[in-house]
Amino acid sequence: MAGHGISRFGAGARLRGVSVQPFDEVVARYGRMVLRVCRAVLGPDDAEDAWAETFLAALRAYPELPADANVEAWLVTIAHRKAIDATRSAARRPVVVGAVPDRPSVTGRPEDSDVDLWAAVAALPPKQRAAVAYHHLAGLPYAEIAAIVGGTTDAARRAAADGIRTLRATYRTGGEGHE
Amino acid sequence: MSDLFAGLPDDSATLARLRDRLAADAAADGVLDVAYRTVETPVGTLLLAATDRGLVRVAYPGQGHDAALAQLAELVSPRVLHAPRRLDAVARQLDEYFGRRRRVFDVPLDLRLAKGFRREVLDHLADIPYGTTESYSQVATAAGSPRAVRAVGTACATNPVPVVLPCHRVVRADGSSGQYAGGAAAKLALLSLEAA
Repeated sequence: MAGHGISRFGAGARLRGVSVQPFDEVVARYGRMVLRVCRAVLGPDDAEDAWAETFLAALRAYPELPADANVEAWLVTIAHRKAIDATRSAARRPVVVGAVPDRPSVTGRPEDSDVDLWAAVAALPPKQRAAVAYHHLAGLPYAEIAAIVGGTTDAARRAAADGIRTLRATYRTGGEGHE
Repeated sequence: MSDLFAGLPDDSATLARLRDRLAADAAADGVLDVAYRTVETPVGTLLLAATDRGLVRVAYPGQGHDAALAQLAELVSPRVLHAPRRLDAVARQLDEYFGRRRRVFDVPLDLRLAKGFRREVLDHLADIPYGTTESYSQVATAAGSPRAVRAVGTACATNPVPVVLPCHRVVRADGSSGQYAGGAAAKLALLSLEAA
């Protein structure tokens, strides 16, 4: 059995004759979501390494994943553990954190359009950052987020709400935003 | 999703680069069980797939590339990735074949998708020389079961690696070309390519 707590993600064993999605389809479908989650949780600089490690670990464990598994929750769980590993090793070396900007990027280059947003997300406390990423970027319900990060469903909901409130104060989208 | 995240960039170029990196990492780690790519040919876009043993599948558009990948995921391994490098040699040889610069394919084959008599038929197909044909009954005799003419037809129709193993060189006794995994038009195209 692979070591990613796979049994939590679906009850049924994979049956012979049941159609199995090629892993490439998992990458095509969820690759963008996982990249955004990695950027939110780790920042743009470390996100690509975390993405690569997440999908390599997922590929290794994939044959054991039950056919009825919640693939998003499974991928986010792996990404969350990779982020914890990366944060631990980053804690042993000095980190440069950019200042939180008070207005949107004006460079007009599409590849830079999200830099300010990730900087604002990076300034959130870790629990809020994770709750915001896993709910608003990965689309996971709060109960699933609580199972991944620990604590209660209500605590996960509050962390996400607090995080979004802070982001609205520190990062302006240019319009009157509503959730 | 919060509107805060509504304007995020598309990231297609980054994701394409990351998928290439994943394919390379997977191959290095020994978990790239099935690598695939497509190639453009005069008989349509062909799907090519290989295990670490060799070429395991060639699929015509009419056979359904997605269906072929789903079958590989089920029968070989779900660790399937777009990873062109493992298929460089066969892609180059196909290009040479369609450019009339190659008559024989020289790539390792993984024929695990064909069992029993079908496998016997496949083993014989490679012995039918370029530019020649055999009838279904001739192939049945060569594969050791002279009366299994219909089974030869089935074996050709389910050939996992058409073009590379030339089931297109198996024709009807009256000389008409007959059916083909890639469609009758593709069979005629290959036979006339080899006749030129």
